Amino acid sequence: MKHLKIDNLHVSIGDREILRGLSLDLPTGQVHAIMGPNGSGKSTLAKVIAGHPDYTVTSGDILFDGESILEMEPDARARKGIFLAFQYPSEIPGVTIANFLRAALQARLPEGEELEATEYYAKLYEKMDLLEMPRTFTSRAVNEGFSGGEKKRCEILQMAMLQPTFALLDETDSGLDIDALKIVSHGVNSLRGPETGMLVITHYQRLLNYIVPDFVHVMVNGRIVESGTKELALKLEAEGYDWATEPEAEAVGA
Amino acid sequence: MASASVSGVPLMEGALVEGQWPEWFVASRQRGWAEFQQLPAPVPKDEKWRFSNVKALALDGFRYPAPVADAAVLVERSTGLGESAARFIFANNRLLAATAPAAELVKAGLVVMTLEEAASKHADLAEKHFMAQEVKLGSAKYAALHRSGPVNGVFIRVPKNLEVAQPIEIFHWVEGENSAVFPHTLVVCERHSKATVVDCFRSADDQPAFACGVNDLVVEEGAKLNYVAVQQWSLATTAFHLNSTTVGRDASCLGMQVNLGGKFVRGESYSRMVAEGARSDMLSVNIAGGEQMIDQRTFQDHAKPSATSDLLYQNALTGKGRTVFSGVIRVEPGAHKTDAYQKVRNIVLSDEAEANSMPGLEIEADDVRCTHGATTSQVDDRELFYLLARGIRPEAAQQLLVMGFFNTVLDRLSDARLRGHIEGLVEKRLSAALRG
Ligand SMILES: Nc1ncnc2c1ncn2[C@@H]1O[C@H](COP(=O)(O)OP(=O)(O)OP(=O)(O)O)[C@@H](O)[C@H]1O
Ligand SMILES: [Mg+2]
Repeated sequence: MKHLKIDNLHVSIGDREILRGLSLDLPTGQVHAIMGPNGSGKSTLAKVIAGHPDYTVTSGDILFDGESILEMEPDARARKGIFLAFQYPSEIPGVTIANFLRAALQARLPEGEELEATEYYAKLYEKMDLLEMPRTFTSRAVNEGFSGGEKKRCEILQMAMLQPTFALLDETDSGLDIDALKIVSHGVNSLRGPETGMLVITHYQRLLNYIVPDFVHVMVNGRIVESGTKELALKLEAEGYDWATEPEAEAVGA
Repeated sequence: MASASVSGVPLMEGALVEGQWPEWFVASRQRGWAEFQQLPAPVPKDEKWRFSNVKALALDGFRYPAPVADAAVLVERSTGLGESAARFIFANNRLLAATAPAAELVKAGLVVMTLEEAASKHADLAEKHFMAQEVKLGSAKYAALHRSGPVNGVFIRVPKNLEVAQPIEIFHWVEGENSAVFPHTLVVCERHSKATVVDCFRSADDQPAFACGVNDLVVEEGAKLNYVAVQQWSLATTAFHLNSTTVGRDASCLGMQVNLGGKFVRGESYSRMVAEGARSDMLSVNIAGGEQMIDQRTFQDHAKPSATSDLLYQNALTGKGRTVFSGVIRVEPGAHKTDAYQKVRNIVLSDEAEANSMPGLEIEADDVRCTHGATTSQVDDRELFYLLARGIRPEAAQQLLVMGFFNTVLDRLSDARLRGHIEGLVEKRLSAALRG
């Protein structure tokens, strides 16, 4: 079992503190969901774990199996096994999905070793079939002109190809119609297992019917204010976040 | 003029000429030499040389070279597309090897032969089109030098209605310190014919050299020509590549200049739409790294109504690389319903690199659609992070993004094999340029 441990993390952008003492322990084999109001810092958490250069960690730590990754470059973190499915995936003009994923897999091979093309395509097509993506997508530029739902599917395709140890899914359900939600959830579930830990960020309890989490955390104002089992998501669905943003609730974890 | 000799002859003493050339060609050569001597050298304040480096034009040290030492090796090194309709290999202005077109193509009237042979055998056509257009973009003096020199290259005539499926491939090599070469390609696509021609310019070594190349492309009514020039001279070479394209009624020419090598490269591309429905696609992919300077001037000349020209030049700059683009769209009086487009895009990958773009319009007709624009950008941070977040290393990520940038141009080549070949060459040079 491996652990991704967020330890009393404080993160700022410019002068503004966005994460204010956040702790979380994600072991492989588990799925944790994070819910919370807009602007509470969920994407910031995901991006900071991935090593986004815009954010400054002012104190606390991110530990991958006991080892701090704060000094690691984003590409090294990814090769170590961290995957971020972006809330807003970038369009990469002129770079086809096939070339892009080939480069990503090639980067994981020892120096001097070449990716085997037939095996690569076999795997790519298998994962595309799983996500019910037409083959024509391989020759399209990454995310360019994709619909919102197609972008999210493309993120999960990448996750399926790269088989990360820890996957951070940032609102992967947004923009998906109900059928796509089922397909994507099926894709995500097929990657669940003792070797993988997942952090699923969502606004909708509905997703958690398909990707059933082991734990649900509520994030408000840069902190986790409540943790529980999947029933907590139902409570949020029914009551919103008001109860969690009241002063006494905000004091939790302070 | 100097007589033939086996050793090199200094450029300024007049051309070292070999072979059998008809009178018209000898006269043209003499005219070239006279013009070269009489025309002034460019000066920095000359508008057509703005932002350029006229100091790079000191030609005194260059020589008309002796034949290459080992022809077989260069023939061996002339790796290209694998399959072609015809293949000609030149080095130091001399023919090394030729694979003529298949018998049925020759029987159908396809002519692919050396310019020297064509100058006599197809004298009328060759004389009519050889450097027939005035050189307007600043390098008239060097066009004259080309005319005066030991010009060699290929003459192609694609007869009426013939479609040549495979590309015709031409290699021009230069070997030896300060060697000067004068490659020439003359293509006439007759009515409703179709052909693809690929010129490959390569250095046998990393020595400084001088290349003064010209191509004349004539595309008659309804014909379609694809012409790709891949310039891979050594990074110490001074090169001129002067193009003139004439496009007839409902004909189309797609010209692509790929500049990967050279220390100072001056490209001039002139396309003239001489009848309604003509179309010229003017494309270019350029990598300027290290100390390279790639200076390109273009002219989209709309002489007749309802013609289209579409220019897309893209430059990637690394190190102290410099590019200059100066383009003019000219719509002559009466050329109504002209559709002309001009776009130059620079991606600057180093603080010390510099890209200059000067678009221009001269419109003397009404009801025309002309757009031009130039953009200069760096690698997009968000795009870069997206690639890094997938584990791709920064150098590979940058390479992928710049190739993505170039793909917009390369995608315009419909022949997948040709496209793949060019992409491979660009990728290799880019990788070296990014490493510095
Ligand atoms: N690059 C940035 N520059 C300035 N402010 C930022 C930046 N990134 C995040 N923020 C701010 O930090 C706060 C948290 O943003 P974040 O995107 O993490 O929220 P979120 O919980 O993911 O919200 P949502 O549910 O809307 O996706 C917001 O107020 C946001 O404006
Ligand atoms: Mg968010």
